[in-house]
Amino acid sequence: MMRNVLPILTVVATLFALWYGAAVALNAPWARDQAARAGQELGFGAMVAETWSQEKPKLPAPHQVAAEIWKTTGAMVLAGRGFSKRSLFYHSWITFSATALGFLLGTALGVALAIGIVYNRTMDMSVMPWVIASQTIPILAIAPMIIVVLNAVGISGLLPKAMISMYLSFFPVVVGMVKGLRSPSAMQLDQMRTWNATPSQTFWRLRLPSSMPYLFTSLKVGMAASLVGAIVGELPTGAVAGLGARLLAGSYYGQTIQIWSALITAATLAAALVGLIGLVQRITLKRMGMV
Amino acid sequence: MTKNTVISATDLSLTFQTNDGPVHALKDVSLNVEKGDFVSFIGPSGCGKTTFLRVMADLEQQTAGAITVNGVSPEEARRSRAYGYVFQAAGLYPWRTIGGNVRLPLEIMGYDKSDQDARVKRVLELVDLAGFEKKFPWQLSGGMQQRASIARALAFDADILLMDEPFGALDEIVRDHLNEQLLHLWNRTDKTICFVTHSIPEAVYLSTKIVVMSPRPGRITDVIESPLPRDRPLDIRDTAEFLEVAHRVREGLRAGHGDAV
Ligand SMILES: Nc1ncnc2c1ncn2[C@@H]1O[C@H](COP(=O)(O)OP(=O)(O)O)[C@@H](O)[C@H]1O
Ligand SMILES: [Mg+2]
Repeated sequence: MMRNVLPILTVVATLFALWYGAAVALNAPWARDQAARAGQELGFGAMVAETWSQEKPKLPAPHQVAAEIWKTTGAMVLAGRGFSKRSLFYHSWITFSATALGFLLGTALGVALAIGIVYNRTMDMSVMPWVIASQTIPILAIAPMIIVVLNAVGISGLLPKAMISMYLSFFPVVVGMVKGLRSPSAMQLDQMRTWNATPSQTFWRLRLPSSMPYLFTSLKVGMAASLVGAIVGELPTGAVAGLGARLLAGSYYGQTIQIWSALITAATLAAALVGLIGLVQRITLKRMGMV
Repeated sequence: MTKNTVISATDLSLTFQTNDGPVHALKDVSLNVEKGDFVSFIGPSGCGKTTFLRVMADLEQQTAGAITVNGVSPEEARRSRAYGYVFQAAGLYPWRTIGGNVRLPLEIMGYDKSDQDARVKRVLELVDLAGFEKKFPWQLSGGMQQRASIARALAFDADILLMDEPFGALDEIVRDHLNEQLLHLWNRTDKTICFVTHSIPEAVYLSTKIVVMSPRPGRITDVIESPLPRDRPLDIRDTAEFLEVAHRVREGLRAGHGDAV
């Protein structure tokens, strides 16, 4: 146990040290400026303390971000307003709901396309180039258009954001599932043929179970992509809720601490969701005897 | 060809077109297999044994000549599930139990549930795996897995069994044991078996008919009808009769090799 913990702690400590150091370096000019304007002379200790406690630092120090996160999560829960519109729980929930819906839609689309590609020669020849082309267009260019177009037909709120998540998350699922559905060996497919199995029997009993390890790997990538999609989807709408909206509002008003706390919350959410899939993967594959 | 002929090949040829030019995997092969025969195919690698079996199973199509299985084309025979095929690797699904693996073809063929249960139980007993139904493949040795794959091919009502070096990857002791069991099984059921092997003693011990093949082009060089009785204890392998047949097979292999050089 200790042998695993020690290297991790070392890395974390190094990161924090670098972070604090960078905060000093980046925030020092402003601190000196302020001091000069007030006609004061800053000693080293005072300067360091100042760079770690500015209201709008270029780079907030970790404890400032932590305090902000606590203020908008735990402290609000203690005050009985854990789900108020100012809490990060509320914003995380908004982003999570778009992420989850987009992830489900993207997975469904990805699996459907993969089945088409594996079973239909025409689709095999024609679909993949489009799938790849779709991912070469920057999402930041596509996202506003999706939102504007859907708004024009009266769809707003959750669905447009979920569509952007879907747009990003179907790709790893298609690629992984095509590989997974094609993973049975020639011998296993011949075996099915000797039993005169129908294509659908071969699919449900051989191809689909064989593809599970590939599916889970794709789902992890897809989930992370979905979250990015949901956040990006919250930017152009000028949305008032969601982690993306917090990022946007923070950058309007130069609230760097708020930006960083939204970023860290997004990263935590991503880690939790990907970890959850990893857990389901371990349990499923173990039960299937595939690990 | 009589009404008891199960497999009949006439001037059968199969040429694979490859980047290095045509490969004559089979050339003008003619052979009749009668009901209840145990036929072994023996010969050096590349002489077309697997290809011949795959043509019977409709996994490969001949480029010339004719073949019937149960009096119909291999495709019709396959569609009517006339044969069970045992591959060199057991190929069990890791996510199914041994019972679930044996049940797989029965599910695909639409046997009803109670019939499936009865058949799984019966064939697992037949291959000495009673009590292993709920185990997963990784819990079994290689020899046991191969026995399960034979049980899987026996579970449905096919009276032909096509086996491509099913014991090739197993050690000699396990192999002896499985050979004995296979003979026993063939004796009790009324199956016709086509069996590919590399081993002369295995071919002689098992077969009523030994087909000696030779490569480039793949062809039959000798067909030996075995004089050995149907009931064969393992120690029949020390009798003069057995050694004589083995000698003839060896001569056949040598002759086939000789005119290829
Ligand atoms: N699908 C294929 N494509 C091209 N050549 C093949 C194919 N299958 C077998 N062959 C060739 O046909 C010949 C006979 O092969 P095979 O029937 O597997 O021999 P054996 O089972 O007796 O070792 C070999 O030369 C082999 O390389
Ligand atoms: Mg072979």
